[in-house]
Amino acid sequence: MARTMTGAEIVLKALADQGVEHLFGYPGGAVLPIYDEIFQQDKVKHILVRQEGGALHAAEGYARSTGKVGVCLVTSGPGATNAVTGLADALMDSIPLVCITGQVPTHLIGNDAFQECDTVGITRPCTKHNWLVRSVDDLARVLHEAFYVAQTGRPGPVVVDIPKDVQFASGLYVGPRDIKHKTYRPRTHGEPGAIAAAVKLMASGKRPILYTGGGVINSGPKATKLLRELQKLTDFPVTSTLMGLGAYPASGKAWLGMLGMHGTAEANMAMHGCDVMINIGARFDDRITGRIDAFSPGSRKIHVDIDPSSINKNVRVDIPIVGDVAHVLEEMIAVWKREGYSTDKVALKNWWGQIDKWRALKCLRYKPNSDIIMPQYAIKRLYAATRDRDTYITTEVGQHQMWAAQFFHFDEPNRWMTSGGLGTMGYGLPAAIGVQLAHPKATVVDIAGDASILMNIQEMSTAVQYALPVKVMILNNQYMGMVRQWQQLLHGNRMSESYTESMPDFVKLAEAYGGVGIRCDKPSDLDGAIKEMLAVKGRPVLFDCRVAQLANCFPMIPSGKAHNDMLFGEDVSADEIDKAIGKEGKMLV
Amino acid sequence: MSHKPTGSAYFLEETKVASESHTISVLVDNEPGVLARIIGLFSGRGYNIDSLTVSETEHEKHLSRITVVTKGTPMVLAQIKNQLDRMVPVHSVHDLTAGGDPLERELALVKVAGTGEKRIEALRLAEIFRANVIDASTEHFVFEMTGRSPKIEQFIAIMTKLGLVEVSRTGIAGLARGPQGMIDKTAGQSS
Repeated sequence: MARTMTGAEIVLKALADQGVEHLFGYPGGAVLPIYDEIFQQDKVKHILVRQEGGALHAAEGYARSTGKVGVCLVTSGPGATNAVTGLADALMDSIPLVCITGQVPTHLIGNDAFQECDTVGITRPCTKHNWLVRSVDDLARVLHEAFYVAQTGRPGPVVVDIPKDVQFASGLYVGPRDIKHKTYRPRTHGEPGAIAAAVKLMASGKRPILYTGGGVINSGPKATKLLRELQKLTDFPVTSTLMGLGAYPASGKAWLGMLGMHGTAEANMAMHGCDVMINIGARFDDRITGRIDAFSPGSRKIHVDIDPSSINKNVRVDIPIVGDVAHVLEEMIAVWKREGYSTDKVALKNWWGQIDKWRALKCLRYKPNSDIIMPQYAIKRLYAATRDRDTYITTEVGQHQMWAAQFFHFDEPNRWMTSGGLGTMGYGLPAAIGVQLAHPKATVVDIAGDASILMNIQEMSTAVQYALPVKVMILNNQYMGMVRQWQQLLHGNRMSESYTESMPDFVKLAEAYGGVGIRCDKPSDLDGAIKEMLAVKGRPVLFDCRVAQLANCFPMIPSGKAHNDMLFGEDVSADEIDKAIGKEGKMLV
Repeated sequence: MSHKPTGSAYFLEETKVASESHTISVLVDNEPGVLARIIGLFSGRGYNIDSLTVSETEHEKHLSRITVVTKGTPMVLAQIKNQLDRMVPVHSVHDLTAGGDPLERELALVKVAGTGEKRIEALRLAEIFRANVIDASTEHFVFEMTGRSPKIEQFIAIMTKLGLVEVSRTGIAGLARGPQGMIDKTAGQSS
């Protein structure tokens, strides 16, 4: 039933009708009518962050850990521009977000009014779609369309920009059921002919590999279940991108670990040597492929992706299948069973034999140390201490993120929140806040670096306000570790501006915010400190875990090199590091 | 030392495949900002725009048709079409060139100033090219001509010697040959 209400009422009504429980935001002049409405209702709980960037990452963490749409509310001008990083981040990692931005009144648009910016112009390339709502009569429709677009097809962030006068004006409200989008209907069912050809190719594989990505997780729990079923049916080895960790369990026997620049030897060598590659919901990102003309040279490739523009973008594939992962996997399994396909058992046994040889390289080994905490060891101990809990992990960006991906093992999807595509330092703490709100009883740990955590440290205040027991485990090596590692590899070990001269006292800092601070610098004390961190209730913790300063993250495929050209951990000499990257490789990121 | 071309992060294969020029028709909702979205896609991803025309063609449905001429390898052209197709306000994308020799026309307004022999010669050539005079004084003509781009190029090249002042061109409008129209993939769907 259509009913008349103000624009601000329409916003809250639409959010409630969309099932939104949490709204991450920060007030300002151009959204005051909406905030007034928030005050007068109790269906949607507003979470006040300390900077708009935090609201976006919190919504991302919320979305990724629940599969629901994350929702943010920010004001015009600086509110909107502070949201840009989070929007770009969500676009790269395909996270469904609806970000509502206030705008100056319509008659002032284009006038360089106070706190005015061209929000739809600025956010156009970093959203899936955006709208400037000039009439209150369009508002309800646009908001419902926004939710539809954000979560349909390849998910992504959208912006709805609402001028202040539209928030005050009265208009008709229409419910979500009455809205049908004019144009946007992404294809979800894969083409049957392509699926049949793909399954046939899979059955013929002598050295097959399943290469899975974030698309499996975005497709929902059913996709995860089907992926596991397909693996069981075929006994193919599985590797995953950073974004796809948890879709296939790390404890599964077919798990090869993550692939790519800091992936395992077994995963990368298997990708290089395979004859049939089945890419499910991944996008041949440059962190994955390495040198593209040497990428998996002997394989025929199947690519399942809901976004047609991902197909043949970086790597030419033999069988593209445009569709939703769950739908396509369901069909693949049905075809496999219907046609009575089986695998080449002898070839597969040989393939597994080869993979076991690569596994025997133990590529993730590192030199243990009894005096200094090795960062890898710290994550191993964190994993041991939390594996029996209901645990969610977020990260910042850098070495600690890669170590977390290598040493923390995920058996379920939606447990791993990290900024993969954009690589946004400062993502982890606000994301952990979003996760904790969605899962109040769970253990939520932000595995952080000392540099990254300072990028959104103000969100400690948010965690304290809402009594969120978020654990921030800072692997503190006093460096921007990944920058320093690259400077060592590429720039003659000249550590230009990558050392933090004046580190805050993280224990005092935690206490200043009203949280708990813990410090530990001895391997022998580590387990106790982790236990202490996990025991904290009702408040956030900053755990300043002092780790080896100059540890490098290995294995590593240096820029411009192929998958079979990896650098391994403890055997790498300074001389090899010097020669690892050629002149041309230095131009790459 | 010869540099290999680089992509955003890694070496890409050197382009051995030749670039082709394609005319692409895009049916879009005529909503504010839609042209900016299309242009932003091309500039943001480094695609070429050789020509672009846009106008609302179905007023009741608020549909605009954008005709864009672009250059790229077959892989890039496929990317362009897919990238356009996934945009929210885009109804359909149709590669006219891939469908076979499309109808392409452009309109140009050409101002030529001069007196005496040159002026007479300009008028005489305009007749040969079937250009119309739409404005004139004793010192100038403005010609209007329609045709395929090479014909317009040729006319302009000739007029350069006869006192060309300035030119305004519309860019290419194109349609596929035959009785069928462009299929709106979203029309008539009910799911």
